[in-house]
Amino acid sequence: MIVLAAVFNLNHPARVVEWHFIQLSVANLIVIALMLVVFALAVALPFPGARARAIARRTGGDPE
Amino acid sequence: MSAAGTPKPTWTGRVREAAVEALPPEKLLPDGQPTYVASWIYIFGVASIAALIVIIGSGTILALKGPAWWHYTGIGHFFNSIHLWAVELFFFAMVVHLWGKYWMAAWRGGRTRVWITGAITFLVAVPTALTGYVSQQNFDAQWIATQAKDGLNSVGVGAFFNVTNFGQMYSYHVFLLPLAVVGLVAAHVLLVRRHGVVPPFELDRPALAPRPPQADGTPPSVPDGKPPSAPTGVAS
Repeated sequence: MIVLAAVFNLNHPARVVEWHFIQLSVANLIVIALMLVVFALAVALPFPGARARAIARRTGGDPE
Repeated sequence: MSAAGTPKPTWTGRVREAAVEALPPEKLLPDGQPTYVASWIYIFGVASIAALIVIIGSGTILALKGPAWWHYTGIGHFFNSIHLWAVELFFFAMVVHLWGKYWMAAWRGGRTRVWITGAITFLVAVPTALTGYVSQQNFDAQWIATQAKDGLNSVGVGAFFNVTNFGQMYSYHVFLLPLAVVGLVAAHVLLVRRHGVVPPFELDRPALAPRPPQADGTPPSVPDGKPPSAPTGVAS
């Protein structure tokens, strides 16, 4: 617990990023960035077994 | 209508026949999903539901034990954190699901109600989370409540939806809004079962392509956006 507290020191006001009227905490910005990364990976990465299933479907074989 | 073509005499029979007609058992609980569902982008809907189940389970335990327990005991802190992080995951997965479905134009092929129930679920989930933050019974809750109070007063709903009233917010949080979220999610899932998972654009294209006039000279039928054939092969 003490180690975690040292890594993530929360005993201060939230850091914020301001741009005109937009004001976002750094924590929320990190979450938004993570969502974008996960979305890109979900679109780009192949799903396990998807290729084998597609080939099996084309050739009429058993996908399993 | 019954097999003989005569309507059932009871309302329960009519409801049953309408339900089976709208959602036959093989659609409600299918043996497999189309092969295009074998993609990471299709998992975020069910990930949202998984997170929602954890939210409801941990929230039920928190409701049973009460604020003193979740503030002053180790196990209370644990379930409090499970509840919070399940909410974080719920919104995380739901936003990625929303983005994925937006870029798929998931309202295609008669799926308008699927899209609308999903969008409304997201909108109802936001005040469900807000009422949870203001029900914590700590300084964080007070800060969020007073900040939200200004915003809600400015749009004229502060007298009806009072975020500084713990009793009202707690009732909204543990009963009214979760009931709405679960009902909407159930409707959303049943509509997905009825209409099928939206296909990728490549499978949709042949159905949307211009069609020649029919043999008797009548105009071509209007494409419905459904895939010409949805191959199955992925176990659900």
